[in-house]
Amino acid sequence: MTRALQSLRMVFFPADGKGIPVGVFVIIVAFMVLVAGLAPLLAPVDPNTQNLMGRLKPPGTVARGTLFVLGSDELGRDLLSRLMYGARVSLSVAFLSVLLSGLVGTVLGMVAGYKRGWVETVIMRVVDIFLSIPAILLAIITVAVLGPGFVNVILVLALTRWPRYARVAYGQTLSVANMPYVRLSTAMGASWVRILALHIFPNIIAALSVVATLEFGLMVLFEAGLSFLGLGVQPPTASWGAMLSVGRNYVSNAWWIATFPGICLFLLVLSVNLIGDRLSDYLNPKSR
Amino acid sequence: MADASADVTLRISGLKVSVGSSRVVDGVNIDIGKGEIVALVGESGSGKSLTALSAMGLLSGRVVQSGGDILLNGERIDPLDEQEMSRLRGTRISMIFQEPIASLNPLLSVGEQVAESLFVHGRAGRREAWSQAVQMLADVGIPEPEKRARQFAWELSGGMCQRVMIASALIAEPDLLIADEPTTALDVTVQAQILDLMRRLRDKTGTSILFITHDMGVVASIADRVCVMYGGRVVEQAEVHQLFQAPKHPYTKLLLTTIPKISDTPKAELYSIKGTVPDINAFPKGCRFRTRCPLADDVCLLPPELEAATGAQGGLVACWHSDMTETLQ
Repeated sequence: MTRALQSLRMVFFPADGKGIPVGVFVIIVAFMVLVAGLAPLLAPVDPNTQNLMGRLKPPGTVARGTLFVLGSDELGRDLLSRLMYGARVSLSVAFLSVLLSGLVGTVLGMVAGYKRGWVETVIMRVVDIFLSIPAILLAIITVAVLGPGFVNVILVLALTRWPRYARVAYGQTLSVANMPYVRLSTAMGASWVRILALHIFPNIIAALSVVATLEFGLMVLFEAGLSFLGLGVQPPTASWGAMLSVGRNYVSNAWWIATFPGICLFLLVLSVNLIGDRLSDYLNPKSR
Repeated sequence: MADASADVTLRISGLKVSVGSSRVVDGVNIDIGKGEIVALVGESGSGKSLTALSAMGLLSGRVVQSGGDILLNGERIDPLDEQEMSRLRGTRISMIFQEPIASLNPLLSVGEQVAESLFVHGRAGRREAWSQAVQMLADVGIPEPEKRARQFAWELSGGMCQRVMIASALIAEPDLLIADEPTTALDVTVQAQILDLMRRLRDKTGTSILFITHDMGVVASIADRVCVMYGGRVVEQAEVHQLFQAPKHPYTKLLLTTIPKISDTPKAELYSIKGTVPDINAFPKGCRFRTRCPLADDVCLLPPELEAATGAQGGLVACWHSDMTETLQ
């Protein structure tokens, strides 16, 4: 998925760094976060109120005294309101799962890279095993076992994605652990926990933050994918993936139901990925 | 072994360090008296750094201590586990390294790093540790210590950073400071200042110093006593003046010959000892310097013991032909 986005980027902005300034993407993401946060204030109507007389109305229709700015869905619910509330689910699932998997992966990766020996072998082989299983497949299986729902989706995504962070944290720790200041700190009698927290973590956070941004985009897609398959957040709670899934059935006579969540997903993932790309360029002194 | 020699800060006796099956440090004995500065001299690969790391308990990976005792103030410290050892590090033994700038974390202010060992060992609270760190920075001759303490390693020069390192090593007033080539990366004038500083701090605090170097010029200006290592063994041990005036081991003699003299003919080729340091997997039998030594003969196939040298007060030498060393040119 990321690769497809990258080639898309090449099509739109062939000359590297001369395309749309990264600030535009930051504004898009910030706007989405803002709207998601203020959804209860901004949404014109309740996202779950059904209006069966106003089903499948195209954008701009007024039905029963309500203006459907972006049209209505198969149960006559306002699509704009659902998009706003759906942003909350998409963003919070992505953010929390990135936070959780980042935390677990970073700690394990740093311990493996610093302690070496059998600790390293055990942790890194588990990482290899996890990486050898297709992530989305693993996620689908675990959700099927645990059952769907907001918290479970976050747990499952964290469970499937922590090895990415562990790999990066491990590699970075290996190189930082050999720095003379880490040796000096050992010679001062600092404990390994202190060394990891104070001397190694701050020096590897840059690389990890790039992984986290790229993963964020992926997490949005994973959540959408799970919701699309009915394994994510359950109805009637709005989620972009679930809206896309339902809209698919009506795409021939009500194109707007699937189109708008699709555009939102596309914009969010594209923006986050491009921000991550720029961030890694910026943090890599060779390409600056 | 905890005998009455209370004046000996560090005693290394019969130390053996192995990498796999090869013994890279083979029976090293070194005593460092209270307030004494002992220089450990040798080429790369002579085992001098490994000897120091053993004293810190910092050997890692395939490098292991395979014999001998290490005593700090009469107590054995080599059997201590990692946790007990890290309690000693920074408080009773400290170490400083070469590459002063790289030895400081680029993301922490130097003050925090100087305060680190006080804080780590719970000797002082955050605020108290900080003010002691500032005082320590002043003691090592850093101007405007309050301001410097808030700066980062990359804002300071190499010499400044080495002062900071010394401050961080000495703030908890350790009994022993191990300095592994601390002046190698510095230019000559700064080097002289740092050496002077270390001597003055020793006079003030009574800290013993084990000073590792391969630079005979540095040895002459800082050490009280010198241990010369070759191929993992101590080949000569003597007071600094005695060593420079009348070296007893052929290796020491040749090592001193390699130093260019101001009276040498300009542009003449510099002297170097023939051959290279033996591979750690294939040390020669008997005396390890045998293959490069101009005095070597069949006797040298037997390993010489480190014994009192003839005609020298207190000096020790491990050579069958130490009486002939004088004749070498």
